[in-house]
Amino acid sequence: MISFNQVSKRYESGQEALLGVSFEIAAGEMVFLTGHSGAGKSTLMKLIMLMERATTGQVLVGGRNLNRLSRRQVPYHRREVGVVFQNHQLLFDRSVFENVALPLQIAGYQSRDVGRRVRAALDKVGLLNKEKHNPITLSGGEQQRVGIARAVVNKPPVLLADEPTGNLDPELSKEIMDLFLQFNAVGVTTLIASHDLNLVKKINRRVLSLDHGQIAHDGPWV
Amino acid sequence: MSVSKPISKASSASSSNSNKGAVQSKTSMGDRFRSYRLHHRTSFLDSFRRLISTPIQTLMTSLVVAIALALPVTLLLALDNINTLGSSWDSKPKISIYLNVRAKQRAIDQLLESLEAYPEVDSVHYLSPEDALADFQMFSGFGGALDALEQNPLPPTIVISPAGIAIASDDLEALAQRIETESIVEEVSLDMDWVRRLQEIMILGQKVVLALATLLAMGVLLAIGNTIRLAIENRREEILVSKLVGGTDGFVRRPFLYSGGWYGLFGGVMACIIVLVGYSIIEPSVERLASLYQSEFELRGLGVALVFQLLILSSVLGWLGSWIAVGRHLSHIEPK
Repeated sequence: MISFNQVSKRYESGQEALLGVSFEIAAGEMVFLTGHSGAGKSTLMKLIMLMERATTGQVLVGGRNLNRLSRRQVPYHRREVGVVFQNHQLLFDRSVFENVALPLQIAGYQSRDVGRRVRAALDKVGLLNKEKHNPITLSGGEQQRVGIARAVVNKPPVLLADEPTGNLDPELSKEIMDLFLQFNAVGVTTLIASHDLNLVKKINRRVLSLDHGQIAHDGPWV
Repeated sequence: MSVSKPISKASSASSSNSNKGAVQSKTSMGDRFRSYRLHHRTSFLDSFRRLISTPIQTLMTSLVVAIALALPVTLLLALDNINTLGSSWDSKPKISIYLNVRAKQRAIDQLLESLEAYPEVDSVHYLSPEDALADFQMFSGFGGALDALEQNPLPPTIVISPAGIAIASDDLEALAQRIETESIVEEVSLDMDWVRRLQEIMILGQKVVLALATLLAMGVLLAIGNTIRLAIENRREEILVSKLVGGTDGFVRRPFLYSGGWYGLFGGVMACIIVLVGYSIIEPSVERLASLYQSEFELRGLGVALVFQLLILSSVLGWLGSWIAVGRHLSHIEPK
């Protein structure tokens, strides 16, 4: 589902964020991405959702060569990749419902479908009773769950999460991770960047470890 | 039909069995068209609601647009009124043809007939020497002096009106020269200096108004562009998030284009109100003045057609102004 072939990324500042990274993630797999800060985790995520483009090498997502996607095609690619951000990127000028509905409105769902799908997603993250609230009134954990609902409401085949538990205490972090496990169980390819090694260890899935832009480890937690 | 590349056809080993997810989020052409229409409707209504929710800001921008539009419209109306005033003064140039006093009635009739056949000629009026004398006695005040003459000194005269004021003065001149070649014609008199002057003044006035209108239209573009630029800044977060979850440039651009259109339309409506209020203030005075001159002159205001044209123009201007701002500023907002 996700394939990196000798991918390097050098920023205009000259910083080498990734150096010849190669790996494959099969459909339905769940993978953790670890590494020190600045190791290239965020860059790798950005390449998958085309916030950045590789300097050299090939990135394939769902069989599509991202190098060949034109600017106009980028939005359609992003609709196939759900993303959860550490700072959850919610809009505070609208309700929880409207935040989660945004990807569906962009993709052009009819309003009755929007309502049904948004409530299903909110139900899954346990926030159905908060749909009319403004996300600013919610706790950090709840806000993150709204972000997750928004990422999966469109049923994307790929789900990315960049430090989704970064600001949460261990108990809330576990709840969030359980959600990702549930989505993965229904076939969503999931890639989670995390430095929460205890949690990564507990969940015990494949781990990709980056060090200074190169893959230092690829396999089960050791 | 799948718009995105079907994932199942991928050559990559990793994705050979991965079409499950893609099928879930496939979008057809029909879906995309429906989504396009739906979003136009949403943007249309949302942008209206947004403008209404910030009434002062909306009022200010619309008022700038209104004033910039009302000024040239008022000037155009003034020109239009001067034009009608000119034509109600019988501004059509007349050509007087003085015939040889010994011309035979049959020759005159022939000439009259041939003149009527000219396409440039609207009407032909024949004045026999007797008619001319009677006219002269009545209006000139020289009645007594004329009685003293044994013979009628006045020639038979034909007065023709050219077809429409639109006829160019060069064409009139050519017509006069052509008539002059007729054998029984002594002299052709074409007095149209003041008509020409009026026409030139009107043309000049129209050019000045056009130049002014162009400048003011650019002002409208800039004013709306600036307002939209601020709106884009205010909604930066929303634009970023929309782009992150797959919003196309068109999707992000659309609400701002509609906002610009609304500003233009509001401005157009207010411009109409300004002009109508001005008209209702001036109209009674003009009417009294006209009645003092025993004139039938009526001040012409904004017609329905002109109102529509103005509203369409102002909306298009707003849309354009927004387009310029959006083109310049939206592409800078990319998720990093």
